[in-house]
Amino acid sequence: MKKLIIAATFGILFSVTTFMSFTAVASGPSIHLDKANNDLSDKESLKKGFKTYLNYCLGCHQLQYQRYNRTFDDLGIDKADGVANYMPTGDKVGGHILNTMPEEEAAKWFGSAPPDLTLEARLRSPDWIYTYLRSFYIDESRPFDVNNTVFKDVGMPHVLQSLQGVSTLVVHKELDEHGEEHEVSSLSPAMGGSLTAEEYDVVIRDLTNFLEYVGEPNKLERKAIGYWVLAFLFFFFIISYFLKKEYWKDVH
Amino acid sequence: MSNVPVNNGRRRFLTAATAVVGGVGVVGAAVPFIASWNPSARAKAAGAPVEVNIGKIQPGQLIRAEWRGKPVYVVRRTEQTVSNLAKHDDQLRDPNSEKAQQPVYATNAYRSIKPEFLVALGVCTHLGCAPTHHAGDFDQFVEGVPNGFFCPCHGSKFDMAGRVFQGVPAPLNLVVPEHSYINDDTLLIGVAQGDA
Amino acid sequence: MLMKLATDFMGWIDKRLPVTDAWNKHLAQYPAPKNFNFWYFFGSLAMLVLVNQIVTGIWLTMNYEPSGEGAFASVEYIMRDVDFGWLLRYMHSTGASAFFVVVYMHMMRGLMYGSYQKPRELLWIFGMLIFLVLMAEAFMGYLLPWGNMSYWGAQVIISLFGAVPIIGDDLTLWIRGDYVISGATLNRFFALHVIAMPLVLVVLVFLHILALHEVGSNNPEGVDIKKPKGSVKLEELSKFTFHKQYSDKYDIVDAVPFHPYYSVKDIMGVAGFLFLFCWVMFFAPEGGGYFMEAPNFTPANGLKTPEHIAPVWYFGPFYTILRVVPDKLLGAVAMFGAIVMLFALPWFDRGVVKSVRYRSKLHLVNLIQFAICFVVLGALGTMPATPTANLIGVIASFGYFGFFIALWFYSKNENTKPVPERIAD
Repeated sequence: MKKLIIAATFGILFSVTTFMSFTAVASGPSIHLDKANNDLSDKESLKKGFKTYLNYCLGCHQLQYQRYNRTFDDLGIDKADGVANYMPTGDKVGGHILNTMPEEEAAKWFGSAPPDLTLEARLRSPDWIYTYLRSFYIDESRPFDVNNTVFKDVGMPHVLQSLQGVSTLVVHKELDEHGEEHEVSSLSPAMGGSLTAEEYDVVIRDLTNFLEYVGEPNKLERKAIGYWVLAFLFFFFIISYFLKKEYWKDVH
Repeated sequence: MSNVPVNNGRRRFLTAATAVVGGVGVVGAAVPFIASWNPSARAKAAGAPVEVNIGKIQPGQLIRAEWRGKPVYVVRRTEQTVSNLAKHDDQLRDPNSEKAQQPVYATNAYRSIKPEFLVALGVCTHLGCAPTHHAGDFDQFVEGVPNGFFCPCHGSKFDMAGRVFQGVPAPLNLVVPEHSYINDDTLLIGVAQGDA
Repeated sequence: MLMKLATDFMGWIDKRLPVTDAWNKHLAQYPAPKNFNFWYFFGSLAMLVLVNQIVTGIWLTMNYEPSGEGAFASVEYIMRDVDFGWLLRYMHSTGASAFFVVVYMHMMRGLMYGSYQKPRELLWIFGMLIFLVLMAEAFMGYLLPWGNMSYWGAQVIISLFGAVPIIGDDLTLWIRGDYVISGATLNRFFALHVIAMPLVLVVLVFLHILALHEVGSNNPEGVDIKKPKGSVKLEELSKFTFHKQYSDKYDIVDAVPFHPYYSVKDIMGVAGFLFLFCWVMFFAPEGGGYFMEAPNFTPANGLKTPEHIAPVWYFGPFYTILRVVPDKLLGAVAMFGAIVMLFALPWFDRGVVKSVRYRSKLHLVNLIQFAICFVVLGALGTMPATPTANLIGVIASFGYFGFFIALWFYSKNENTKPVPERIAD
């Protein structure tokens, strides 16, 4: 009897391992993404990210599901401060974070309409955003003279060029562990921006942090509640275990 | 009745403990379901305080604002109207506004912050119709009172402070909502004086 | 005084509706084998998840907007603007995956201990109908968030019906109610998802339990606890009282009343399950991209296919079987065939010994290979169709169907072990 349970468990374990290995295979070779390492509980970072978003992104990308007042509350921005410093479009404080760009016109300008960014971090992952915004390079064949190693032939100009400066794509040959030669492309250090590379990374990390927050504003609350619920259920499990044991004395 | 051979104290204690803890769990699980019926952020945004420009209202004129889906009447009362308010107290149900139909700061002879401006919900306290404003011809309803509100649905009558007359179906004075003045020209409906 | 009032009240009710009798028949005096193990938690857990889905589903409809224009935004409205709306939605979305985890375990239990064998064929059929309706329910529910994966997933599955000869194209058009998947499709799926399918599910669950209580529960030993009347010595009979419906017809041994013994045990199971469920729900509601797929965070777009369309994980096994067959019609036939095989399982198995514990080594091996093939097929279903994946998929599909074919051959004259008369302590 015990043997069979062991056999069954073994079966399941084996299956799960198979599953895992498959998953590993499936996610195989893809674009390398840098870790964003952002911290959702860092309100200063979120505020700076919000500012960057308003200054550089909102012109084209809306946050059509996110409200200003919700953002102020979650980020610890005082309402008067928020209205004065974080509401460039002068909308209602309870309104969504919208711009006035006409979608059809925008589609003509950029090839396709700039997407809404409310859920971008859930769609692409924070690491993707963090890497993408640091991966523009000069490519004069493109309409805005830039291309991107993470998003090939992207229709978006490098909006943060004044901060980061410009990179170029450098192709060189490299030997892999089997001694075979591969062409590897990498980006040259950006030149001519107003920020150093480290400062620019911080700006992008804050922006990524803000976009992850906007993707799911109640993420921290969710986890905070989760710990309590799990603690409660653990306690309940213990009691019910003893109750079960007590009753089953009759049987065994 | 019971199909259990033993029923000792330990068993009774554990049963009760499980029931109580389980009950707490059920109550906890009910919280999100109950809370989700509260006004949502959208409803709250739609019901946010409303600013009204009162700089251009002529004396004697009424303008309507909308707040939380309800009409709010804002009337610039003439000095004549204000001084007339005290003259028909004996014909009113609640001349001194003792019933809590208005904020504390508007519990006065004019039922308002500034004597000049009446701010009241245009919702009859009988069954919710919108009373009509009669300027100058209200004496057809109440003799000697030139201005007032008459509800066309069931004939309730109110004076220029929104106070209900006797002998009509409406039981209470018109509701004065929370309101305040941002400056001389701007009224804010929905936020109490001093809270803004 | 109060007790007397309660007794009188119950007496009044019982004269008019057999409440106490039903309570005894199905709970307090229902004979359940005393040796249920871990695998027997999943029946009651499936009920729990069903209740969760119904209640959270009702609450979600309060704020969901079933229209092509409003559906996606209304989900975000629930996630952001409604108090605790995010929790209600995660309960529902995590519940959907949990439902299939629980149901697959429940079915595996049936396979291991022969719970589908005579006389439980109809019980098994009701169970399979529940599984089928559950898949339809889940498929339709997955369209409702109106994300891009919802859209393209539905597109792929509805196109399956195009494989039906002659009427295929008209059939898909009729199902969609439009030339593409549109608000019309969404609205009919919504109606079916929130009303029709749940009603059918609840009725089927009721019949499933009724059929179970008629034939009685199987157990890990596969030994019957109901012996012919008069065949058991008085001192060996169970010390508990069972309902007359059971004890008049049979001598009952090695059984306990379901309540309180299995109700307290199931409460413990529920606590354990909820712990794992809440762990996922509060800390990884996207289930690593398997419970909620990333492309679903962008609205449905009929002009932009996601890079890799994968069904939700629980459809994986059947989707892979569909995909590895290089013919549209035959692929659909194979997929539906995979489910038909399960329906017909009681007749594929010609053996008389129920539990794998007393069956041949061959059966144990067959069962394990089936379980592995099923999981492998499921994993492949969520991955891109590379040639390697396809090859593995073909092998696993053979394993899946082979289980039934082999079973039919060896079960007639299987080399089984002697089954004990009674359940050992």
